[in-house]
Amino acid sequence: MKQSQAILVTRHLSKDFRGFRAINAVSLRVVAGTVHALVGPNGAGKTTLFNLLTGFLKPTEGHVVVAGHDVTGHSPERIARLGVARSFQVTSLFPKVTAREHVELALQSGTGLGRIFWRTDRLMRRFSDRAVELLDEVGLARLAERPAESLPYGQKRALELAIALALNPKLLLLDEPTAGMGLEDVDRTTALIARVRAGRTVVMVEHNMSVVGSLADTVTVLQRGEVLVEGPYEEVKAEPRVIEAYLGAHVA
Amino acid sequence: MTSFLQQAFNGLVSGSFYALLALGLAVIFGMLRVVNFAHGAIYTLGAFGAVWLADSAGLGFWWALLLVPVALAIAGTLAERLLIHRLLALDPLYNFLLTFGIALVCQDLLRMRYGSHSQPYEHAPVTGSFDLGLFEFPRYQVFTLGLSVVVCLAVWLLLTRTRIGTIVRAAIERPELTRAFGIDTGRWVTPVFGFGVGLAALAGVLAAPMRAVNSGMGADLIITVFAVVVIGGLGSVFGSVVAGFTIGMLAALGNLYFPVLSQTSVYLLMAVVLLIRPAGLFGKEEHV
Ligand SMILES: Nc1ncnc2c1ncn2[C@@H]1O[C@H](COP(=O)(O)OP(=O)(O)OP(=O)(O)O)[C@@H](O)[C@H]1O
Ligand SMILES: [Mg+2]
Repeated sequence: MKQSQAILVTRHLSKDFRGFRAINAVSLRVVAGTVHALVGPNGAGKTTLFNLLTGFLKPTEGHVVVAGHDVTGHSPERIARLGVARSFQVTSLFPKVTAREHVELALQSGTGLGRIFWRTDRLMRRFSDRAVELLDEVGLARLAERPAESLPYGQKRALELAIALALNPKLLLLDEPTAGMGLEDVDRTTALIARVRAGRTVVMVEHNMSVVGSLADTVTVLQRGEVLVEGPYEEVKAEPRVIEAYLGAHVA
Repeated sequence: MTSFLQQAFNGLVSGSFYALLALGLAVIFGMLRVVNFAHGAIYTLGAFGAVWLADSAGLGFWWALLLVPVALAIAGTLAERLLIHRLLALDPLYNFLLTFGIALVCQDLLRMRYGSHSQPYEHAPVTGSFDLGLFEFPRYQVFTLGLSVVVCLAVWLLLTRTRIGTIVRAAIERPELTRAFGIDTGRWVTPVFGFGVGLAALAGVLAAPMRAVNSGMGADLIITVFAVVVIGGLGSVFGSVVAGFTIGMLAALGNLYFPVLSQTSVYLLMAVVLLIRPAGLFGKEEHV
């Protein structure tokens, strides 16, 4: 049972795009209950790695193991049903659908309602209390009835987090949750992730080093599709290769 | 005024064919990202299906209205499973060529069997006209318009009030997000294709009593329908229906006042809409 504490493992994971190797022999081990940050310069392969982990891309080589199940080559929906929720680097919401309905849809997708054909209002109301609760948790309770397209950017990101939480995931994958946010939103989002990580495992792609520093237990630095360094934030930060490859450009 | 109302009515009747065909194209495009170039051929097959049922089995209009769309929907489902599905992962060009090829094959098979003359179909379920004094509305045309409005409303209810409809709408709008919810959108691809085919076949059966039934009938119509779909916004189900009826009516009225433009008014409209809203009237542009 040596592996039992790892909720996500990749073995020699590689991905080629028409001969271009975007991910090269990446072996990760994400320990259950931790926040694991994935950092690296633009084009390092972070989003590609997320897509491999969640089934949106099929690996060229290697394996992905989630909670002991080999999910290599499985469809995104199958992996999602194992308790893996993800957010996308580019905000992805239904423009005309309200915040509450987004969360309701996510809530009911996890239930056995698949066979119920007619969507009565009574049925939907079963989820709306929980939906509003989740929206409250991310500070969106007041905006529950607003269509997604009318929300400010920071709130869209918060809504995406509420949707991911509605799936009640064991493993939460966040692709740049604070990208493009103002300072205030960054702080709010950081506090939010710190709160929702309880009882979960979070893997996040993040460029903002202070966010990484305050949240991450482990940091993996990717460069040109390969793992450059891995370890606790303080160690990784002090690593000369990392400073050269990545941090230099941002911190100096 | 008389001719205005008469033309507006005729336009709505044409529009009901545009709407049924555009609706099918829109759900298919939304779900598969395939522009179904066989859609016009399916409409033609629908009309010939009605003719064939009457000639060979003595089954009248109501039987045709029931059996032909179901039969063609099943055939479409098989074609999707066996052919189109295999090409979905490739460049969309492959399915463009495949569906275009299917259309040509269907059209030529019909021409071999029936020649290029129009086939008579004398099985309209209602005949005569509503005579309102100043103008007359043929009963069958009124029936066609009414039925297609009912079908469009039923599809709308299906899409907005049922769980399957919710999944299909979600899959059309944000396929990746929907899958990230753990929803298996792939299951609905084939049924949606069959459904769209069934709608086109239904339009074909409806056309049999009032339009010339010949092997080229779909090819002429479908070009206008593609313009309708583009104007409504590619992949917008709601837009396709609204644009279908609106354009049917505008084109008919255009004929009345600007007869020189009768062949081009729809394309002019398309050009204007695309200049103002490149994604079509109800299409999505920005990514939210
Ligand atoms: N579908 C694809 N087809 C071809 N090449 C791709 C594809 N997706 C990503 N790539 C390439 O793979 C490399 C890694 O891209 P990826 O999006 O994973 O980087 P990233 O680390 O997420 O970068 P960023 O910080 O900019 O988000 C890039 O060179 C990119 O151009
Ligand atoms: Mg990325």
